[in-house]
Amino acid sequence: MLKTFPLGGVHPPENKLTADIPIEYLSVPESVIIPVSQHIGSPANPVVNKGDAVRTGQLIAAGKGFISANIHSPVSGKVNKIDFASDSTGYKQTAIFIDVEGDEWLDTIDRSKEIIRDIKLSPEEIVKKCFESGIVGLGGATFPSHVKLTVQSGKKCEVLIINGVECEPYLTADHRLMLEKGEEILTGATILMKALNVDRAMIGIENNKPDAIAHITKLATSFKGISVYPLKVKYPQGAEKQLIKALTGREVPSGRLPLDVGAVVHNVGTAFAVYEAVQKNKPLFERVVTVTGKSLSKPGNYMVRTGTSLARLIEAAGGLPDDTGKIINGGPMMGKALNNTDVPVVKGMSGVVIFPAGESLRDEIKPCIRCAKCVSACPLNLEPFLLMTLSEKGLFERAEKERITDCMECGSCSFTCPASRPLLDYIRLGKSSVIKMARARNLK
Amino acid sequence: MSSTVLITIICLSLLALFSAVILYFIAQKFKVFEDPRIDEVQAALPAANCGGCGFAGCRNFAEALVKADTFEGLNCPVGGAPVMADVARILGKTAPVVEPTVAVLLCNGTPEFRPRTSQYNGVSDCRISNSLYIGETDCSYGCLGNGDCERSCKFDALHMDPVTGLPVIIDEKCVSCGACVKACPRNLIELRKKAKKDRKIYVACSNCDKGGPARRACKVACIACSKCFKVCEFGAITIENNLAYIDANKCTFCRKCAIECPTNAIIELNFPPRKPKVEVQTEVTNVK
Repeated sequence: MLKTFPLGGVHPPENKLTADIPIEYLSVPESVIIPVSQHIGSPANPVVNKGDAVRTGQLIAAGKGFISANIHSPVSGKVNKIDFASDSTGYKQTAIFIDVEGDEWLDTIDRSKEIIRDIKLSPEEIVKKCFESGIVGLGGATFPSHVKLTVQSGKKCEVLIINGVECEPYLTADHRLMLEKGEEILTGATILMKALNVDRAMIGIENNKPDAIAHITKLATSFKGISVYPLKVKYPQGAEKQLIKALTGREVPSGRLPLDVGAVVHNVGTAFAVYEAVQKNKPLFERVVTVTGKSLSKPGNYMVRTGTSLARLIEAAGGLPDDTGKIINGGPMMGKALNNTDVPVVKGMSGVVIFPAGESLRDEIKPCIRCAKCVSACPLNLEPFLLMTLSEKGLFERAEKERITDCMECGSCSFTCPASRPLLDYIRLGKSSVIKMARARNLK
Repeated sequence: MSSTVLITIICLSLLALFSAVILYFIAQKFKVFEDPRIDEVQAALPAANCGGCGFAGCRNFAEALVKADTFEGLNCPVGGAPVMADVARILGKTAPVVEPTVAVLLCNGTPEFRPRTSQYNGVSDCRISNSLYIGETDCSYGCLGNGDCERSCKFDALHMDPVTGLPVIIDEKCVSCGACVKACPRNLIELRKKAKKDRKIYVACSNCDKGGPARRACKVACIACSKCFKVCEFGAITIENNLAYIDANKCTFCRKCAIECPTNAIIELNFPPRKPKVEVQTEVTNVK
């Protein structure tokens, strides 16, 4: 019997079109736009000025405070300006514009292909290195990794979980990374184990990636304490709390952190980035992005420097098809539609899905028929139909009591609703209002 | 047969009498004194229960009025001066003069001026589309057009124009309760002082971007060129965050700023048509 989480979940069509396409390195663009806020937490502070020459891997914006991350130049060249640029929502935020000249890397970065398995750094040095290298969670949430590696006194980490689930349909970035950089990921996991002072790591991979499971299982035999677990295919298994439940059987209580049940979860992409930072001294400035869609002529997985324009990435994938209806940043379940392609690739961008016009529009909203499918689909045991109504009517106090803030916005409720009601739209609205309300109350 | 009826009547009457006595004493014991003036004041109020005064409803407002020492900060925008004078008469106080206001929309981004760059397919709710993304146009400050303000208006004073996609405010019906001001997630509605003959002159733009991006997003955006600021002789215009603002208290409706504005971001309403400037031209032709 394969492991999985017991409550809720849905089975969207997988459509992993790019699973067999190897990662392609995209050439360095002519100019890049680097937003200073590519992570959860306070935005980084630019440390370069207009006209400064920068080299690939150089620090260009320093993290402010504990929950923040450094940002490094993905290219070499000259800082054109520091100005506002549209992010993926269209709203403006501060960004560093760099004109590319050649591709000169910092001398400290080890660019050899050789895999180094000896870990020289101490646990404290590893955490420091993760902060310095600007490592954030590459699964999509972009939470600064050094925060997750810092175990507060009184708590103990018992197991490290490496997330190779990739439960979002269409996306294959993590899948390809596991196949092509398996040894690096496992070394990265060993580094994370050392930093957290644990002797056990579990790698969860969904059963729809048998090649990755076989490959990582074979490699893991030469690594101490790492075991691979195939998981039953179910969305949203890649969510932190669901993965912990699936692998360890422990449930993270409402409002608590995974560390409260002795687990820390990192994505395979993050493990790879940690490997590169610690063993190769290479900061995080490139990542794998899946560009996919049924109508694209050349969908694929691309290793891209951050700051590259999305338009360039789509061009590499065969250009935008004529019948494009929607471009989604992220997977089709949790991703958000983009309103233009002139946005830079950021650390948290795991994929871009292009939908043809026929598939992109929402169905007509019909009245709720009280079938309770959303309740059965919710992996967090919430009542989405109720939370939606409460948010719609502005009854936020009641919504708070119904634990609206537990919602992780996986979209299973909206996906399963036969009346195509906009459940998640309203829950998101209610959640943000409740968080605002609670913050105002705490200030008093 | 008749005795059964009689016994029933007597028993029930006794029971009723007994209950009445008990209820009388309970009512005496738990009597809550309520100022009779509250009812009177409430009767004088418009009973719209709109919340425009800042209280939950007319009853709450009446209680607050009766309790208050002065009427400072207490005003019923729906009833305006006549209702407040009535209330003042009932309570034997004087009502301060509060200038009547009316809602105006600080955006003029019709599709003609502000082209649509994307299509929103989600729920028709401004709060949701505002938190999701910039909106259907390139202006991150302008009207989203999903009609939260229309749904919030209890006085039928605000309607979405299907052609322009912007709300249209009917001055005669607007009581300036402020519901639409609160409903708009982009703070596009302002309550401005009412002037004679409903004349209005204001900057119909909220875009805080610099001139270039603002103009690219919308042809009638305020580009903060400060021409209006320079031409105003009364110091009514201030420019902050790349946006001009006309202070209704200082404005004398000379309309010079509206002529100066290169993007027509300043709107003038309900004025008589300007006199065509023919005199100067005729002089010139005479010289010839």
